[in-house]
Amino acid sequence: MSSRTLAGTSEPLLRVEDLHVEFHTEDGVVHAVDGITYQVLPGGTLGIVGESGSGKTVSSLTTMGLTRPQGAHISGRILFEGRDLVTLSDAEMRKIRGNDIAMVFQDPLSSLHPFYKVGAQLIEAVRAHNDVSKSTARERAVDLLGLVGIPDPARRIDDYPHEFSGGMRQRAMIAMALANEPKLLIADEPTTALDVTVQAQILALMERLQRELGMAIVIITHDLGVVAELADDIAVMYAGRIVETTSAERLFESPQHPYTWGLLKSIPSLEGSRERELVPIPGSPPSLISRPRGCHFHPRCAYVQPEHKVVDPHLEQVPGEPDHHVACLLSPEERRGLWHALQEGRTPHEAIETVGLQEGGA
Amino acid sequence: MGRYIVRRILWGVLLLIVVAALMFVFFRILPTGDPAKLRAGRTASAKLLSEIRHDLGLDKPLLTQFWEFMKELFLHFKLGYSYYSSAPVTELIKNRLPATISLVAGGALIWLLSGVTVGIISAIRRRTVLDRASMGTALVLVSAPEYWLGLIALYFFAADIGKVHVFPGAGTYVGLSSDPGKWFTSLILPWLVVAASNAAIYARLMRGSLIDVMGEDYIRTARAKGLRERRVIVRHGVRSAINPIVTIFGLDIGVLLGSAILVETVFNIPGIGRLNYDAITHADFPIVQGTVLAAALFIVCANIVVDIAYAYLDPRVRYS
Repeated sequence: MSSRTLAGTSEPLLRVEDLHVEFHTEDGVVHAVDGITYQVLPGGTLGIVGESGSGKTVSSLTTMGLTRPQGAHISGRILFEGRDLVTLSDAEMRKIRGNDIAMVFQDPLSSLHPFYKVGAQLIEAVRAHNDVSKSTARERAVDLLGLVGIPDPARRIDDYPHEFSGGMRQRAMIAMALANEPKLLIADEPTTALDVTVQAQILALMERLQRELGMAIVIITHDLGVVAELADDIAVMYAGRIVETTSAERLFESPQHPYTWGLLKSIPSLEGSRERELVPIPGSPPSLISRPRGCHFHPRCAYVQPEHKVVDPHLEQVPGEPDHHVACLLSPEERRGLWHALQEGRTPHEAIETVGLQEGGA
Repeated sequence: MGRYIVRRILWGVLLLIVVAALMFVFFRILPTGDPAKLRAGRTASAKLLSEIRHDLGLDKPLLTQFWEFMKELFLHFKLGYSYYSSAPVTELIKNRLPATISLVAGGALIWLLSGVTVGIISAIRRRTVLDRASMGTALVLVSAPEYWLGLIALYFFAADIGKVHVFPGAGTYVGLSSDPGKWFTSLILPWLVVAASNAAIYARLMRGSLIDVMGEDYIRTARAKGLRERRVIVRHGVRSAINPIVTIFGLDIGVLLGSAILVETVFNIPGIGRLNYDAITHADFPIVQGTVLAAALFIVCANIVVDIAYAYLDPRVRYS
């Protein structure tokens, strides 16, 4: 909620403007991120949602300057506290990384160095940005492990990563990210590699830490359930673009993009009837080298119309909802009608008939 | 860990017993020539031959001979006497060991340092001119036979026969204790020749290993911490990438200690390889037997050292 209470008063902590990230490969140019804009307020939480290959991870790695070693071509602006990170030198970027902006990754086992003790890796993170003695850094590392809820931290600090459980490893990764009290924490699929019960613990931990430390969080996930818990605002990404963005409540109340509907309808629910069928999104995300013409989502969209295969939609404000933007060529009335029909449990096919659209865009 | 080491040592001893037994079989049962005849020389009388047979115990049943051979070897570390010089084989090997160790240790140091350094630079400067030049050179060095490289080195740089008189040539080796300066200069060319092909192999291996490691998630984590790139490469990348190098380094040293025949022969260094070469040309079987067993011993020891080192290098490996 913090983002909206602060919305009027504070400047965004992070503002990404028209960011493009391309990789030039032997097969062609990969348009990993294709002109995205979003912002995160101090202490706020943004959820970036999309399938793998939607560009959500690349955009965040770019914020950290971590796509530079891979030879990424980056354009646009990434304003962090007013400074454009895209134009910073590697040395300046290094001072921000792990200090003002920290990151937690998907697989905590492969993300920790297998040959160093957890403590040594924490101490290294502390000393990367603070000129403190090893023993001071060690005390800090013990505190950090305690903060993220690892029991008996003074002893466990001398364990190797393989001696930790999956959940504890992710806690250790979070502790490492918090080492220098970052203003922004980027969490890339932080719970995906974990057991369901542990997932909930990690999310609760992140919520608590955000409350206690007041940092902003960008959480990247393919799971709308995860961001529903945590995020103030949500950006839905598809094929390197943001296709819908609004507050978390608005997104769940009145989603506008057929891709968002697909994501919502493919979440299993314990409530309601067991009869309610999951509606998977057909097909798979497009190649980012040769994307479909027109709306990039059209080959997978049940509501596609002939002009959608030609015209490239842009993010536009949803009428009557100032903070809600969507990139869809269907009219607001058609979208409202379709979502209403889907809500009533109709199939996409039936929904099309209700609204009176042409089937399949033939 | 302790139990593991003891078990490895016992296995090593067992392996040596098997090698010794095979050696015995090869030299007594296979038609390699009658040791008595070889020992007696060309113009020996029948009487002398039977005396020698008796002295060498060759008139006893084969199983008794085998038992005595193994008993001598494993309880008294004795390998018999040279047919050629009558000197005890173990003494001969012991005397030749320093020269071989000098050659192998110096060469190993050079190839390890140069190979690893070139490999690291090639990996982090991948696809640059520097990388391609190093890897091209490495390919040439891997392909060049050692004796050829040795002869070329002598032809160009030896003080006596070379085009440019830079380094002492073949046959100039002196022991470390008698003259450290001459010991060093006489070994420069042999070291470089021994190191060349191995350095090339290590450079290629290190390059590949480091490129793989630099793509690991924990390297991304190290960068995400804001560490300097140098620290990311050395402390996080090289630390992991070096493991396969350590493994083959131990084994290569073990193998080379017993098999530096070509380089020792080309440079006329009085080491174990040279001893072996001379013994083969003289059909001096006790020495061949001894040097082969020594080579097996080196390899077994190197294996044990590598296994122990591995457990220290990779904390996930805990033998039990």
